[in-house]
Amino acid sequence: MPKLNTLTLKKTLDLLDQKAITLDELYQDVLESIKTQNPQLNMYLEIDETALVKAKEQAATSPLKGVPIAVKDNFCTVGFNMTASSNVLRNFAPQFESTTTERLKAAGGVVIGKTNLDAWAHGSSTETSDFGPTLNPRNPEHLPGGSSGGSAAAVAADACIAAIGSETAGSIRQPAAWCGVVGLKPTYGRVSRYGVAAMASSTDSPGPIGKTVEDCCILLNAIAGPDTKDGTCNPESAPDFTQFLNQDLTGLKIGVIYHDLPNMEETNARLLKELEVFKKLGATVELADAMDPKYAIGVYTVVQRAEVSSNLARYDGVRYGNDRSTFGAEAKRRIMLGTYTLSKGYADKYYELAQKVRTLFLEDYARLFKKYDVLISPVSPGFAKKRGATEGQSMFGELEDMLVEASSVCGLPGASVPYYHDPATNLYLGMNIMAPMWREDLVIKIADAFEKNTQWNQWRNAA
Amino acid sequence: MAKTTVTPAQVQHIGRLATIPLRETELQNFSHAFEETLVVVDELREPDVSHVEPTSQVTGFTNVWREDIAKPDQTFSQAAALKNAAKSHAGYFMVPGVLTAKDT
Repeated sequence: MPKLNTLTLKKTLDLLDQKAITLDELYQDVLESIKTQNPQLNMYLEIDETALVKAKEQAATSPLKGVPIAVKDNFCTVGFNMTASSNVLRNFAPQFESTTTERLKAAGGVVIGKTNLDAWAHGSSTETSDFGPTLNPRNPEHLPGGSSGGSAAAVAADACIAAIGSETAGSIRQPAAWCGVVGLKPTYGRVSRYGVAAMASSTDSPGPIGKTVEDCCILLNAIAGPDTKDGTCNPESAPDFTQFLNQDLTGLKIGVIYHDLPNMEETNARLLKELEVFKKLGATVELADAMDPKYAIGVYTVVQRAEVSSNLARYDGVRYGNDRSTFGAEAKRRIMLGTYTLSKGYADKYYELAQKVRTLFLEDYARLFKKYDVLISPVSPGFAKKRGATEGQSMFGELEDMLVEASSVCGLPGASVPYYHDPATNLYLGMNIMAPMWREDLVIKIADAFEKNTQWNQWRNAA
Repeated sequence: MAKTTVTPAQVQHIGRLATIPLRETELQNFSHAFEETLVVVDELREPDVSHVEPTSQVTGFTNVWREDIAKPDQTFSQAAALKNAAKSHAGYFMVPGVLTAKDT
């Protein structure tokens, strides 16, 4: 039997069911893995070493049966601090539970620890955390991506069984790609944002990061669904996402976008080669032209910063948190730029204009989805960047996330699955699989088929 | 297209609007960072938006209501509300002074 922390969520649940393993053994291996690796990789900001006690209380609760889940530290979790990786919330103890973690618990899951992120989720590297960077477990000279870098790294390092992250413009898919794991960004409105430190209210999407597509589906089942506490949450029940696994792809039409962008020829060449497998599975694969993603950078930059300036106004250092001088440089920049784009004389020039260009992207996707069932592109222009890459780069994240920003601001669901592994560096490339709003079924179908018909997922064949 | 400038004086003004305390040394840095960011943002002027309306919400949901009743599970006790306060006194949050002696 391999170390139990290396098991997938599905396998863990099966073995617990069969009583082939105990929660004691599982927690021993997971905690050991965390303790050995966390000092170097800084994936976790806080760990619950007594989680086994809670796990045993949950042992009979389906479907998660007490399994340890890592949660990004921008979710309110009673009993843990919630820092959003910012000095403003250092030592902040939430007095209420986020819907996501409440549902995780109701499904039998146990929060083993809170993971590191770029402060306030403002970033795509986890290098701009106020509590030190997280390193990429595949190659610690490199970054794990962000902002859910701690969660993605914890999965990649087998320092958890599965994890929860959140995405506003790439923050689930990009770190999943950089860490060589699976990230599933649900449709905006599929998972409640109640109790998540608000960033861009019109695009924030909590979601799972896991070892396999199936693991992500199991986790998404636990957290998705209507919530009257979040006015932007879909009042319709979510489907059982696991039913979309193991599907026949015959007749599905795949459109490949961003295939001719500069400075990513190798990334795209590798992707096109891997997409051949879909043809063998009965789908068609065609190159397609989408609206220039560079405009999505502008849309995201303005919309996100405007909404951030409003959302972060609540941190007054009086009712909770430290005063506003403790914001890091990036947070200050974003709040101020957002304020500027909403201020008198500038709001139509910037904010309204950005919202209009968002409409153009929505129209562009509508046009593409008339022709194709799903769209695929690389998640990132290249591999995970080296440590120090973000220094002095005030637009680092936005430029890195260019390929995923458009689908995020339009609320589309998307998944990142590994499609290439470089043996020299041990780093991965991930593909972004996008579908229309509320069509996670298509995303899962395609992502699952790719994972099961190729060798890029390290856990795919694990015992 | 001319590059948009943001002067240190403008940065100071924005800092006041956003209630972000700023040191003199930060004004120049932020001025430069904003100008860099606005180069990217100014590209939004290129596409033709004459035929579209702004989209602020992609779900299309409107008028999402709830019952106008107090919910115990979404209500703090006074103790919980004060738990993370920097300073409190007799069950109140203490706020930085606004009125000073000479204003009276």
